[in-house]
Amino acid sequence: MKRLLLFTLILSFTVLTSPLMAEGQQDKNSGKTTITWWALSGGGGADDVREKWRKELISTYEASHPNVNIELTMMDVESFKQKIQVAIPAGNAPDLFASWGGGVMNEYAKAGALKDITPYVKKELAPYIGAGALSVYSYQGHYYGAPYDMGAVGMWYNKKIFKELGVDVPKTWPELLNIVKKAKAAGYVPVALGGGDRWPTHYWWVYLAMRMGGQEAFDRVVSGQGSFNDKSFVQAGEKLLELAALDPFQEGYLGSTYDNESALMGNGKAAMELMGQWAPGVQEANSETGKGLGDDLGWFNFPSIPGGKGKNTDVMGGGGGYVLSADAPEEAKDFLKFFLTKENNMAAYEVEGVIPVVKGAEAALEGQPNAQKIVQAVQGADYYQLYYDQYLPPAVGEAVKDAATGILAGLYTPAEAAALIDATWQSEK
Amino acid sequence: MTLQDSTWDTIKKYGVVIILVGPALVLFTSLVVFPVIQASYYSLFKWKGLGPLSDFRGIQNFIRMFKDPIFIKALWNNVLIVGFSLVVQLPIAFTLALLIGRESYPTAIIHRGIFFFPYILAEIAIGVIWKFIYDPEFGIPTIIASLIFGEGTKIGLLGNLDTAFMAIFLVIFWKYVGFHMILYVAGLQNVPIELEEAALIDGASKAQIIGNVIIPCMKGTIIISAFLSVVGAFNIFDVVWAMGQGGPAHSTETLVTYLYNFGFKRFAFGYGSAVAIVIFLICLVFNLLYQKYVVGGQND
Repeated sequence: MKRLLLFTLILSFTVLTSPLMAEGQQDKNSGKTTITWWALSGGGGADDVREKWRKELISTYEASHPNVNIELTMMDVESFKQKIQVAIPAGNAPDLFASWGGGVMNEYAKAGALKDITPYVKKELAPYIGAGALSVYSYQGHYYGAPYDMGAVGMWYNKKIFKELGVDVPKTWPELLNIVKKAKAAGYVPVALGGGDRWPTHYWWVYLAMRMGGQEAFDRVVSGQGSFNDKSFVQAGEKLLELAALDPFQEGYLGSTYDNESALMGNGKAAMELMGQWAPGVQEANSETGKGLGDDLGWFNFPSIPGGKGKNTDVMGGGGGYVLSADAPEEAKDFLKFFLTKENNMAAYEVEGVIPVVKGAEAALEGQPNAQKIVQAVQGADYYQLYYDQYLPPAVGEAVKDAATGILAGLYTPAEAAALIDATWQSEK
Repeated sequence: MTLQDSTWDTIKKYGVVIILVGPALVLFTSLVVFPVIQASYYSLFKWKGLGPLSDFRGIQNFIRMFKDPIFIKALWNNVLIVGFSLVVQLPIAFTLALLIGRESYPTAIIHRGIFFFPYILAEIAIGVIWKFIYDPEFGIPTIIASLIFGEGTKIGLLGNLDTAFMAIFLVIFWKYVGFHMILYVAGLQNVPIELEEAALIDGASKAQIIGNVIIPCMKGTIIISAFLSVVGAFNIFDVVWAMGQGGPAHSTETLVTYLYNFGFKRFAFGYGSAVAIVIFLICLVFNLLYQKYVVGGQND
C-alpha cells in the first residue's frame, strides 16, 4: 500500500514537473554554452550528405571554440515545419533554426520569439552578403538571421526534347504555349507538376500575376491601395486556364507530389517544369539512373506576357537560411558567421546545390551554366519577389495555393480564386 | 468499537480509494480534461498560437466553421465514411467471419491472417504504399487500363476530384475489414454450437440460423464493432493525409485533416481549437446516445 502511495506521488510529481525539468537541462552543461541547431535534411537517412557536412563543420568550430557545444538535429522540411510550430509557442525553440524568411518569420518576430541581431548583421554580415538577400531575413527594419542560399524559380527544360521538337527557348507566353502543343503532340508530358503538394502550382499563378501586373500591382496590395481582386490577379488565373486548356500536365497531376514531378523531369519524360534552384539535385535523386538529365538540362526565365506590365527579368525566388530564437546565446551569432564564410558557402553549393550568397563564393559555380544563369537572373532583376507562400502571412500563402489549385481543378473561376485570396488577406491584415 | 477506530476506518476506506483512483485521476485530468478545457477557451479567440490571447471573438470561430463549404465537405466526408463502414464494411467483415471463422481446416488460419494483416501495418505506411499502388505512371489501375485500352492509358485516381475519395475509402476498407472480421470471429466462438445444431434439426435454413441464432447471440460484438467503426471514422487522419493531405482541392478532407490544414498550417490555433471542440462534441454526443440507447437497450 505504501509503495502504491509512493508511486502515485512520484507519478503526479513527474507529470506536473516534467516541463520544468526539460527547461532546466539546457543550461546545465559543465560551464559550456550549448547551441541547439535545427537544420533541414536532404533525405538519405544515415548517409545524408548534408548531415555529414554539418557535423564536420561543428567539429571544426568546436575545436577552436572549446567553450561551445553544438547540438544538431536534422529533419525533413514537413517535419521541421510541424515541430518548430509547436516548439516556439511552448518556449522550447532551438537557438538556431532553418527559415525561409518572409511571412512565417515575421509572425515569429512579431510574437517576440526571435532574437533581434540587427547591429551584428549590419556590422559583421552585411560587408560580404548582398543587401537584397539579407533583406529577406528582416522585418520592419530589424534583422533576425541570414540566408546562405538565394536563387530563382524558373523554367527547367529538357534540351534534347526541345531539339527534337525543333523549338528554341521561349521568350513570350504564346511561344511557351506553342511548345506545349508540340510536346504534347510528340507524346511527351509538356509540363510536369506536383499539384498535390500545391506549392508548385502556386509558382505558376504567382509568376503569371507578376508578368501581368508587375511590381506595381503587388505593391498596391501590400500598401492597402489595391487588392487581390485587381484585374492583373484575375488575369493570372485566366492565363493559367489558357495553359490548362492544352492539357499540359501529366495524368493525375492534382494528386502528384513534387517528387513525382521531378521524377518525370529526371527520367526525360517531361519537357519542362517550373521550379527553384534546387531542382537538378532533386531530379537526380528521383531519376531511375540517379543522374538526372545532366547536360541536357537547361534553364530560362519565365516568359513575358504581351500586354502585361511585368518584365521577363522580374524574378520570383528565395532561399534557405537560419534565424536565432529569442533566448539564443550570444555565441550563436558567431557560429552563424562561421557558417557563412566564403569557404563554407562554397561547400554548401557542393553539398546542397544552393546558390551562394557570400561574396566570392560564386566561384563554386564555375562550369555550371544553369546555376550561373540563376545568379544572373537574381542579380539582373529589378523586381525580386519572395515566393508568396513565404512572403505573405501563412494563412494567405495557403489561400494562394488553394486558389491556384482550385482554378486547375475547375472549382473556382479566376475571379473567385482572386476573391478567395483577397478575403483571407483582408482578414489577416 | 471506539470512535477513534471508526475514524481510522473511514480514513483507511477513503485512503484506499484515493490511492487506487489517484494515478488514473491525475493522468485523466492532466491529459484529457485539462486539454479539453484549454481548447474550449482558445476556441473563443482569434489566436495564432504565438503571443497573448487578446483577440476575443466569442463564438465567431464556430459560425465561420459552419459557413465554410470546405468544413461542410469534411463533415460530409466523415458521415460518408461512417455510412460506408456500417453498410458495406461491417456486413462484409461479418460474412468473412462466417465463412472462415468456424472452420478448423489449416488454411482457415492463413485466410484470417491475410485479412487481418493490413490492420497490423501503421496507417501512415499504408497511405504511402497505396499511393504507389495508385500511381498514374506505374500503378495497378494504369496497368489494368493499359491492358484493356492499349498502351499509354493512364489512370490517376487520387488526382481526380470525382474518384479520390472513393479511392481512399477503399484503402480504409482494406485496412479495417480484417479487424472487424477478427472481432466477429471471436464473437462467433461464443455462439454455442448446440443452438445451431438444434436449429438445424428443427429444419431451419442456413439463412434462418444466421438471422435467428447467430446474429442475436453476437449482438454484443456487433454493437462494439459498430461503435469502434463510427468513432474511428470520425478520427480518421493518417491514411487520408499520407495519400493527399485532404486534396485534391479539399475533396478528401475529413474533420481532422481540416483541423490540421486550417488550424496548424495557417497559424489559426483559435480556429483549430474550435474545430477540435466540434469533433470532440460529435464523438461525445454519439458516445452518450449510443451508451444510452444501443448498449443500454441491450441490457434490458
